[in-house]
Amino acid sequence: MYSVLEKHFSYGRRKLCAGEENWVDSRTIYVGHREPPPGTEAYIPQRFPDNRIVSSKYTFWNFVPKNLFEQFRRIANFYFLIIFLVQLIIDTPTSPVTSGLPLLFVITVTAIKQGYEDWLRHKADNAMNQCPVHFIQHGKLVRKQSRKLRVGDIVMVKEDETFPCDLIFLSSSRGDGTCFVTTASLDGESSHKTYYAVQDTKAFHNEQEIDALHATIECEQPQPDLYKPLGSENLLLRGATLKNTEKIFGVAIYTGMETKMALNYQAKSQKRSAVEKSMNVFLIVYLCILISKALINTVLKYVWQSEPFRDEPWYNQKTEPERKRNLFLRAFTDFLAFMVLFNYIIPVSMYVTVEMQKFLGSYFLTWDEEMFDEDTGEGPLVNTSDLNEELGQIEYVFTDKTGTLTENNMEFVECCIEGHVYVPHVISIPFIFQEREDLFFRALCLCHTVQVKDDDSVDGLKKNQLSRRSCIYISSSPDEVALVEGIQRLGYTYLRLKDNFMEILNRENNIEKFELLEVLSFDSVRRRMSVIVRSSTGDIFLFCKGADSSIFPRVKEGKIDQIRSRVERNAVEGLRTLCVAYKKLTAEEYSNAQKLLQNAKLALQDREKKLAEVYEKIERDFILLGATAVEDRLQEKAADTIEALQKAGIKVWVLTGDKMETAAATCYACKLFRRNTQILELTTKKIEEQSLHDVLFDLSKTVLRHNGSLTRDTFSGLSTDMQDYGLIIDGAALSLIMKPRQDGSSGNYRELFLEICRNCSAVLCCRMAPLQKAQIVKLIKLSKEHPITLAIGDGANDVSMILEAHVGIGIIGKEGRQAARNSDYAIPKFKHLKKMLLVHGHFYYVRISELVQYFFYKNVCFIFPQFLYQFFCGFSQQTLYDTAYLTLYNISFTSLPILLYGLMEQHVSADTLKREPSLYRDVAKNALLRWRAFIYWTFLGVFDAVVFFFGAYFLFDNTIMFGNWTFGTLVFTVLVFTVTLKLALDTHYWTWINHFMIWGSLVFYIIFSLLWGGIIWPFLNYQRMYYVFMQMLSSGPAWLGIILLITVSLLPDVLKKVLCRQLWPTATERIQVKYFFIVKVVFCITSL
Amino acid sequence: VNKQYSFPTQGGETRPSRCPDNSAFKQQKLPAWKPQLTIATVLPSFFLTGAFCLAVGVCLILVSACLFLSQIDYSDKCSDCSKLRENSSNWNKECYCSVNFTLKEDILGDVFMYYGLQNFYQNHRRYVISRSDAQLLGRNVNRSYCAPFTTYRNGTPMAPCGAIANSMFNDTIDLFYNLNSSAIQVPVLKTGNSWWTDKNVKFRNPKSYNLSSAFAGTARPPYWHKPVYLLDEEDERNNGYVNEDLIIWMRVSAFATFRNLYRRVKRIRQFADGLPAGNYTFRISYNFPVTKFKGRKHVILSTVVWSGGSNPFLGIAYVVSGTAATLTGFVITAIHLKLRKKKTYFQK
Repeated sequence: MYSVLEKHFSYGRRKLCAGEENWVDSRTIYVGHREPPPGTEAYIPQRFPDNRIVSSKYTFWNFVPKNLFEQFRRIANFYFLIIFLVQLIIDTPTSPVTSGLPLLFVITVTAIKQGYEDWLRHKADNAMNQCPVHFIQHGKLVRKQSRKLRVGDIVMVKEDETFPCDLIFLSSSRGDGTCFVTTASLDGESSHKTYYAVQDTKAFHNEQEIDALHATIECEQPQPDLYKPLGSENLLLRGATLKNTEKIFGVAIYTGMETKMALNYQAKSQKRSAVEKSMNVFLIVYLCILISKALINTVLKYVWQSEPFRDEPWYNQKTEPERKRNLFLRAFTDFLAFMVLFNYIIPVSMYVTVEMQKFLGSYFLTWDEEMFDEDTGEGPLVNTSDLNEELGQIEYVFTDKTGTLTENNMEFVECCIEGHVYVPHVISIPFIFQEREDLFFRALCLCHTVQVKDDDSVDGLKKNQLSRRSCIYISSSPDEVALVEGIQRLGYTYLRLKDNFMEILNRENNIEKFELLEVLSFDSVRRRMSVIVRSSTGDIFLFCKGADSSIFPRVKEGKIDQIRSRVERNAVEGLRTLCVAYKKLTAEEYSNAQKLLQNAKLALQDREKKLAEVYEKIERDFILLGATAVEDRLQEKAADTIEALQKAGIKVWVLTGDKMETAAATCYACKLFRRNTQILELTTKKIEEQSLHDVLFDLSKTVLRHNGSLTRDTFSGLSTDMQDYGLIIDGAALSLIMKPRQDGSSGNYRELFLEICRNCSAVLCCRMAPLQKAQIVKLIKLSKEHPITLAIGDGANDVSMILEAHVGIGIIGKEGRQAARNSDYAIPKFKHLKKMLLVHGHFYYVRISELVQYFFYKNVCFIFPQFLYQFFCGFSQQTLYDTAYLTLYNISFTSLPILLYGLMEQHVSADTLKREPSLYRDVAKNALLRWRAFIYWTFLGVFDAVVFFFGAYFLFDNTIMFGNWTFGTLVFTVLVFTVTLKLALDTHYWTWINHFMIWGSLVFYIIFSLLWGGIIWPFLNYQRMYYVFMQMLSSGPAWLGIILLITVSLLPDVLKKVLCRQLWPTATERIQVKYFFIVKVVFCITSL
Repeated sequence: VNKQYSFPTQGGETRPSRCPDNSAFKQQKLPAWKPQLTIATVLPSFFLTGAFCLAVGVCLILVSACLFLSQIDYSDKCSDCSKLRENSSNWNKECYCSVNFTLKEDILGDVFMYYGLQNFYQNHRRYVISRSDAQLLGRNVNRSYCAPFTTYRNGTPMAPCGAIANSMFNDTIDLFYNLNSSAIQVPVLKTGNSWWTDKNVKFRNPKSYNLSSAFAGTARPPYWHKPVYLLDEEDERNNGYVNEDLIIWMRVSAFATFRNLYRRVKRIRQFADGLPAGNYTFRISYNFPVTKFKGRKHVILSTVVWSGGSNPFLGIAYVVSGTAATLTGFVITAIHLKLRKKKTYFQK
């Protein structure tokens, strides 16, 4: 039994002796750890990681230091830490608690959130790492935990189990050495893919035989590229699931963090929204203000103190160490102390509030039932809440066509054989070209990668295989399914692939068998696929189907003109067309081709490139058979959505891999192009006629001449009298434009191109490779206006542009979940984009911009009196407010109302926003966070602060015999009330929650103050606030003063609002008034 | 079992339908009041605010017009004394000075007597923090925040400690009514001038059988003439830490110019209705030096109503803002009418 089978095969047929440099990018694996005896060969044991998956960031031990380190890498947190440390080290006016407590709060909340997330990851990791795995040790089956798996172990996987690591497929329980696998959790494709066992080992069916295997495998070092075709046909990837196969054996080659899945599982680059960027700019402005305030005060302090009777009067003497301190050191300490005193102008709590607002706010998106799709049972997904407000700022939408604008629900419409049209539903089909026709149908039956679902075991379905309707076809491409189903209706049924034989049921109900020799699989660059089959008669055929542009140049005979005209006609109608061609191969030709293919497939380096070269060699000299047409219906309300987006001032670009005619037809259908749109073409065809240079200049002349003669009203949008331009560009032309020119003036064409695009209301880019889509997005993104872009798509080919655009949106569609997973937001249908941008985006933007401005405003109001007070207390850094007020102002007295505003505010109703897309223009270009708005808010803050301070000052002047803490409390009371009421004035949507929060936080302030002043607090070393608040409330002038000051500080803002609304109303305000009156009128009528 | 195994969790083939709730909150359709700041809604509020402010302002001005206030700067009038005090070695030399003034009319009602200081930075931070509330609560404290007036060199603690207490105002001001060339001392109240809570809760003497023993082991602050338990020898309940002059001084003022309540006129005998018209004299025991920091001292007599003392600010501020609000109201109305006319013109 122990026949030692000494067998060395190397995966990739490459020997180890290739040299030192190859050592690095290949690895040698001894199957079953049967290492050669020492000395036989230059054996250097390689170290591989174990099979532990670690997606968690922290361990129990390093959580605190690592998390703290990461948190303090954020500039804001670091700034607050510095302030806190300064407070600890030097003698500062405010206690370290005032900044330490909020910082601690922020850090703790973030740490808890991150810790919880990491705990979840740990749990998931553990579940995976401890999952039992069967593997073979000394000829016996052993169960072990998954994490103990090592490279070289032989593993057994049963049906419906997931592969524990990347395996080389050794043998299968199926006789033909194949197995079926679904990679749903890797790339979302639920189709069953076939994998093949290594030829040399596929005969080993039980543990003992496998265990006896002596072999080494040489393979590439792990590579993360998941989007390349998933490895070779005998590499089973971790995360994929075994289907329709009882069990398989495989040897582990990549384990743990080196598996393809783990290598691909990496964080996407972080996108930052425009609001966040302007927030950071404002922060810097405030930081400058802060520093200059501190500087001014420090300088003034020393000027003021230059007279000794002020510096140290008899009643207020310095301590001994204070006197001795060096002047510069003293000045520096004073500067720091002033910084600390005014540091609240940049509030810690703003970051927490913004983050909470984004996080909680994003739930409203996922909760929206209008964005829930009943058919698929899917609702919107929010993958990152950082970009919520960016949804309200979109200027360009780049959309994919297939599956996004269209249903991707393909229906076979017709086929054209030798110029004659066949429609599946018409029963009487003339058979004229018997031979070509047979070939055409067989070509369609054979040339695909469709799988038939094995429904022997599925009880719900009929068992009779010969019945034509019982088969369920699965494929990653819906076009193929549509074609195979369409051909079924024309009388030819594809039954199954068994033992490398494809079985077809023909019109006469006979089963024909073809041996499948090679599959030259589809890729988006070649835009075609081929199969090589051997018929039962022994003839070898190569069938090819693909896009017309990739087939016609390779055809040497056939009725090219007739077919081409039919294809073009179909394309204009918006149908997806494919051409079918074939060639007959002699045995010699086939063996040549096979050899080429085999070499290319086994190449360790540049496999893709070599394969492409070989395909190019094989796929030529075709005989054209015919063409097919498949309809892809528009998604519901696609036209409505596009129209709304255009009205909202958003430019919509369609980027597709489809051919120009089809894509243009779709664009007309979804109203991207209208009847009066003048189409400009920038295509390869045109460029062949003229030079690129001339074409570009002609186009720009056309566009610009028109605009020059008209005074362009940018805000009226799509005025009827303005000429609409639509641009069509194809991939080849684009790459010419993008290509840097010899003389180095590459920017020239780009600028010209951008200029043309800017003046076109719609642009269609067809025949785009996935990377070109991203290129276009990048081009627009980096153009001089820096517009905010959004990319939406559903397939793996859209991932690159989704990642590139400011906001990436995935459609949870049929082509797998890759797009949805890589996106920032995912929605079930294209039509949901309308509500997402026009309603949710608009709301999010309005909410967060008010939140940001308000936060700065309320802290100016808070700190500016403190600054003014320095002029009256000899620049001694005396605080105006008590420590408790300093600490709690941002945390509790004024935080919840604005957070709630950030979640609930609706300045106009959602229905109105949806009905009037043009309102979106009101917030375009970061309108609410421009410098003007920012300066207004800041000045309002300064004005209010001046009113508070000097109002209270004159009130106190010479009259009331209250102390400094009463003065501070008076100012603070006016401040809290003014700031809260200012928010109340800005709130346009008062639910009971708003009432509760706004009045509640004022009541809370009063209760807190009563309590804080009501008790001699035993743990405090001062009792300065004792009874201060009550005493203030018991005095008439204080009441009168508070009421007056609140009124005076609010009135100017009210006045400004009313005047602006009256004199320069925005569209939103006009609508508000309109609906306000409508409601009033309706109310009056009903009350009559 | 295998479901848990798949690594990216959202990759499952079958997912349960996640149809969201239809609650008004989740759909952002909670019933709400939607106010709009339009001219129609805002105009009345401008006029109302204006009217209210004007009314209150006029009231305040009228009320404060019948208030009495007399402020006398005595830092110049007692120049001899102030010169004497400039040299700190003369600290124990007594110095008195008198300031005369005449009341042309009777002052009716409660009359308050204040002392005022100018240019005295009680709100300087170093000064503000130099006190010990715990000590003033009568507790025995080890930790102290009184620097630089905590203890003497020999370790004797000061009671009360700190710069504030140390610099307590120590002029004595007596008011005499000159009736027919005989001077009658106006009777005044020393107590009831501070906050009730300060007097009864915040300031406590250390507990002991008598006051001087309670302060045994402590010494008076360096600038004081007498120890704390001798502040008011006549009234036991106004002595030690609960002495109201001390309590009032310890409430640090907000600005460098301030006044503190000193005494109230006791309304008995001929002063039952207030101060009758006539000639008066302040007799001041001048102890508190102010010239060194260019300060000034005042003594102030004033009456008080519900709206505070005789500060015209509130009244004027109310009148001004009331006028402004009303004027703005008219301006907005004008703009509104003009625009509406234009609109209707266009519509026709």
